[in-house]
Amino acid sequence: MNAAKLARRRIGDILFKVFCVAVTALALIALAAILWSLMVQGFGGLNLDVFTMATPAAGSRGGLANAIVGSILMCVLAMVIALTVGVLAGTWLAEYGGRSRYGATIRFLNDVLLSAPSILVGLFVYELLVAPFHGFSGFAGSVALALLAVPVITRTTEDVLLLQSATLREAGVALGAPLSYVIRQVLWRSARGGLLTGALLAFARISGETAPLLFTALNNQFFNNPWFDLRQQTANLPVVIFNGALSAYDDLRRLAWAGALLIAGTVLAVTIVARIVAQEQRRS
Amino acid sequence: MNTLNPAVEEFETSIADVDRAEVKVDVKGLNFYYGKSHSLKNVTIPFARNKATALIGPSGCGKSTLLRTLNRMYALYPGQRAEGEIVLDGENILGSRVDLARLRARVGMVFQKPTPFPMSIYDNVAFGVRLYENLGKADMDARVEESLHRAALWDEVKDKLSSPGLGLSGGQQQRLCVARGVAVRPEVLLLDEPTSALDPISSAKLEETVMQLKADHTIIIVTHNLGQAARVSDYTGFMYLGELVEFGATDAVFTRPATKRTSDYITGRFG
Amino acid sequence: MTETAIPDAAPVRRRSAPRGALIGQVFEGLCFGAATLLLAALGGIIVSLVIGGWPALSKFGVGFLFSAAWNPVTDVYGAAGPIVGTLITAALALLLALPIAGGVAFFLTELCPARLRRPIGTAVELLAGIPSIVYGMWGLFVFAPLFARFIQLPLMSAAKPGSLLETLTTGIPNGSGILPASIILAIMILPFMAATLRELLLTVPAAVRESAYGLGATTAEVVLSVTLPYVRQGAIGAVMLGLGRALGETMAVTFIIGNSHTFPKSLFDSGSTIASTIANEFTEATSPIHTAALISLGLVLFLITFAVLGLARLLLRQQGAKL
Repeated sequence: MNAAKLARRRIGDILFKVFCVAVTALALIALAAILWSLMVQGFGGLNLDVFTMATPAAGSRGGLANAIVGSILMCVLAMVIALTVGVLAGTWLAEYGGRSRYGATIRFLNDVLLSAPSILVGLFVYELLVAPFHGFSGFAGSVALALLAVPVITRTTEDVLLLQSATLREAGVALGAPLSYVIRQVLWRSARGGLLTGALLAFARISGETAPLLFTALNNQFFNNPWFDLRQQTANLPVVIFNGALSAYDDLRRLAWAGALLIAGTVLAVTIVARIVAQEQRRS
Repeated sequence: MNTLNPAVEEFETSIADVDRAEVKVDVKGLNFYYGKSHSLKNVTIPFARNKATALIGPSGCGKSTLLRTLNRMYALYPGQRAEGEIVLDGENILGSRVDLARLRARVGMVFQKPTPFPMSIYDNVAFGVRLYENLGKADMDARVEESLHRAALWDEVKDKLSSPGLGLSGGQQQRLCVARGVAVRPEVLLLDEPTSALDPISSAKLEETVMQLKADHTIIIVTHNLGQAARVSDYTGFMYLGELVEFGATDAVFTRPATKRTSDYITGRFG
Repeated sequence: MTETAIPDAAPVRRRSAPRGALIGQVFEGLCFGAATLLLAALGGIIVSLVIGGWPALSKFGVGFLFSAAWNPVTDVYGAAGPIVGTLITAALALLLALPIAGGVAFFLTELCPARLRRPIGTAVELLAGIPSIVYGMWGLFVFAPLFARFIQLPLMSAAKPGSLLETLTTGIPNGSGILPASIILAIMILPFMAATLRELLLTVPAAVRESAYGLGATTAEVVLSVTLPYVRQGAIGAVMLGLGRALGETMAVTFIIGNSHTFPKSLFDSGSTIASTIANEFTEATSPIHTAALISLGLVLFLITFAVLGLARLLLRQQGAKL
């Protein structure tokens, strides 16, 4: 090996390492800058009013309470729908039809839905539930969010069920239990940590989604009446943030930052809990 | 029938030695296929009532496959099929009208690795019973206690019946699985290398348990441990490459093997 | 059934069928129904987009795709502006994010001190979950003013009249436009791509890497000629997944792209993407044909992303990655 070649290789290696370190630093700085702005602006906008009062008109006192309530209601309803559909669909893929050609098709479509643009889901639900009934509603918003959560839950359900050893399934069946009974009483129970992780990740995913709510739940300046009635247009954090950020008024912008901080904080917290649950699961 | 076997006559005799009236499960001309691969070839073997029969042979010889046909566990997997006859108390269990869940309640199974369910010790034992019988609390308590006694586990767990089954040691978990299996009062108990994941002391305890269970159950045990086969079983079948090479009373098979392959295997020359 | 096998136990009187046997069929049916609902959802998306967009598609025909006229006042719509805007911003974002994401992934798998590996890796994964509206807001309020002041204005004043640089930098110096939107998109997809690539690189068996090092290869050589080719297919899949995100992203772009439907003429010119156009105009569309045109845009976006995501998933599945 000649010296010139060795030197060239060495220089190439050093350049490569410098590049990797530099871009990592750059990426971390950019992301830190975003988090920093979020913290500074968000905490700057937070006060008690945010949690107690409904969205204000520009220039008057107000908060995000109606949007927070609306977001929680819609996300909870969406999760109820999504868990029902997603766990059953994931169970079908893992235990019943996953090896068939139809199963492979469903799995593929689920993967596509998993990263399909959320705004298209919003359009679909608009066509399905808003346009025919001539009205935006929190319920339509929930359905849109559920559609985004289902693929996540389906995927994790299938994965964790397949991780359960085949002998656990056989041990249940060997006692004379029907397969469906074994699935519900043994496999789901044994997979509950993984299922919880999937549910949390799905929740994190939908709690910050904005685009699909723009044309389903729309927005509402006030609390719904009664407050849990999702048949009306329903205020929600993402859309309030969107409108606030695009408005020309400083106080609305401040509220938008506060809302963004709340959402991002929720998403981070839920994601961290999901990771801890997953780790505990791996340990046992 | 078995043209590969030079001692075919002696072999036929040994099958005939089992009293026909005392045969609980009679396997006749059984063939088994995993997709295209032919993994059991024309196996004929009787399993005697309230006796233990051991199936021995090198890995991949088909002994576990044979076991899994006896409760039709293979039916969980598409592409696996069995042909021939397996007669349990006069009924061919390979028939298409057999209720599989019911069959498996009559033919219990314990697996290589302990498989406690993610629930309490009590619920583990009661799991199968609840499926088929409506027992009151007192009756159920009695059944659970009796089953744990039979599995020689009662004294170790009687104070913590509501703690999770997964918290037990490996040997205790395996005996819990035995208790769970006998709680539904199966007529036949299939044991698939039940001690291969256990330490020697736990294995010895489990063997003792199996000896006691013989009084009430027809036991069929697959094992790699020849000493275990010799200790617990009354009859032994030696399998090789999907065929039953030799079958007879355990004493006879171990002391006077009829074929060279069997004696090679028993003396540790292969497998 | 004879019960002689259990002489000393009380005879068992079993029910004819186990508990739950009846529910079994129903349960399997429910599972099947839920799985089929996924198919119905995707089918429903296509059908609803086609039906909703039909008035516009039938009125403007194929010209819808190629005309850049987008005029709600005269009710004449052509999608070329948003389509081109979508493709350009996504491509630019990918171009910017890919080398950086690769660098981060290589750093985390090969160079990073063991102590920092987990914290940085975790941070990258957590950031991949931040809602995109946060990126959008940051782009609008923090990034755009800085970009206008420190990049856009100096470049514009440095550009000689008639030079290529002038053509590229024409625009209103307010920090919004095609390039700033691409940069924000790139920052948004960066953590996702870095986390995915890292996950893939971790699947390379240690023995493969070690034998390459054992032959005297440098880190750069190991990464570029052994580990990266080892996961090549999955890496392409991961990149396309990132591209799919960039194509369909709404919130990170809408705030900062400038929202004009003309054909973008330079990197700093304002433009629009399909998603930003829909987000901005859908609830305000007054004429049915306007709504239909927006839904048709959605159909175009669906077809583009479906192709990209489908390919990505096929590649990833073959690599056996769980992403």
